[in-house]
This record gives sequence, structure tokens and C-alpha cells, in this order.
Amino acid sequence: MINDMNINLLLLVLMTIATMWTVMGRSLLKATIGLAVTSAVLTILMFRLNSPLAAVFELSVCTGLITVVFVSTISLTKPLTHKEIIERSKARHKRFGYLPFVMILAGVALYFLKIPNDFAGMADKYIAAQAAAPDPRRVIWDVRQLDLFGQIILMIAGALGVVILFVEGKDKDER
Amino acid sequence: MNVEAWQGFLTFGFFVALLSVAGFYCLLVTRSLIRAIIGLELLIKAATLLVIAAGYFTGMTALTQSLVVTIIVIEVVIVVVAGGIALRVFRHNDDLDIRRLNNLKG
Repeated sequence: MINDMNINLLLLVLMTIATMWTVMGRSLLKATIGLAVTSAVLTILMFRLNSPLAAVFELSVCTGLITVVFVSTISLTKPLTHKEIIERSKARHKRFGYLPFVMILAGVALYFLKIPNDFAGMADKYIAAQAAAPDPRRVIWDVRQLDLFGQIILMIAGALGVVILFVEGKDKDER
Repeated sequence: MNVEAWQGFLTFGFFVALLSVAGFYCLLVTRSLIRAIIGLELLIKAATLLVIAAGYFTGMTALTQSLVVTIIVIEVVIVVVAGGIALRVFRHNDDLDIRRLNNLKG
């Protein structure tokens, strides 16, 4: 149990480092890779926390698809020249240089913050649902059917949103 | 939830809070639209980790996994639409600087 928690702790620290690299990195492409690493570490954590179905989704969609979307967006926008990057990096360091201090401050504040342990009762009503459907697939199909409809509507809305964005652009170019 | 499980959950909660701080900081400080989307992504990742940890320590992984699948679907749609908007902004302004989005106000 202790070893398990130590490995989880190591993964959490790794994820925090990847997050800081994502936020503080100079290049957008490196930031995207940092985000993919964060996502990959989160996937390992999900596997370790008995959530294989969510982990597979996270790995294929968040680590794969979202990285591809980000890289495509970055490649379709004009990258900065080397001179511009150097010019902007000073201002960037000024703005992003405070992140480690803010994170350390937040960590210290959280450590000394006393969080009450009174959430035990809140979970009672969900235990029945869990007992009725212990398999995530059964939960999705039997308990959370409304979520499925919502997801389908959301996906259609997203696809339509992107289509509208690009159709308008095409019309404008033709004009 | 027993004391040991609660302590384990708090450990995860601590790192979730750090991840959220990084995401919020990125959103507040950045001037690039794409980096703002990355900040939003980090916040969603923090929420996902919290839900998964809650499911593990309460023994209700089936329920939380179904929730996480929903979160991931929403996340993808947000990123794709936001990426499309970023592209349109770039074509309009020739820049991804969010301070220049004032030009778009009607």
C-alpha cells in the first residue's frame, strides 16, 4: 500500500513538472508536447486508480487527438521568427517567472489549511447507484442515459461550430 | 471513507490544486490565444484527476469513469471549436494576441 502511494506520489510530482514546463515553455509546440506528457502521466495514474476505461479514453483522445488538433492549429498560424522569439522571451520571463513562487505559495497555504472531513455522508446516495451497476459500461447505458444524449448533441454542435467557422472564412475569401 | 483513504485523497487533492493554480495562472498571464486554451486544458485535467481520485477512494470507480468519459467528450469539443476560433482570429488580425480581440467587438 505504501509503495503504491509512493509511485502515485512520484507520478503526481512528474505531472506537476510537466505542467510547469507546459506553462513556462517558450515555444507553443513544446507547450503542446508538455500537455501531451501531462496527459500521458494522468493516463498512468488513471490505470493505477482502477479506472482503465477512462484511461483508454484519456490516452487516445487527450494525448493523441487533442495534441494533433493543437499541432495543426499552430502549424496553420504563422510561427514567430527567431528574432521575435528572443524579443518576446524577456517579457515572457517577467510574466511567467512568478509561477513557481505562486505554486509554492499555494502548496504551503494548502498544507496549513485544515480541510474538514465531513464529506462521508454526501456519497451515501451514490452508493446505491454504484451497487446497482458496478460496471462503467452499465452505468453509462443504464444510469446516465441523459449524458449520452448530451454528448451526442455536444459532438454535433462542435462539428457544426467548426464547419460554420470555416464556411464563413471561405465566403469572405471569395468576396 | 476511513482516515487512510481520506489522507490519500487529500494528497491527490493537493496536486490537483497545484495543477489548477498553474492552469489559472496560464489563463491570467498569457497573451496568446492558443496558450489560453492550453491553460483551460490544464484546468480540465485537474478536474478529471479529482473525479478519478474521488472514485478510487470511495470505491465507486464505475460511476466516476462514466463521468470522466463525459468530461473528455466535452473537452475535445471545446478544444476543437476554440482551435477553429483561434484560426479565424489569426486570419482576421494576423496575430493571436488576445489584447487585439477588442477589434472584434460589435
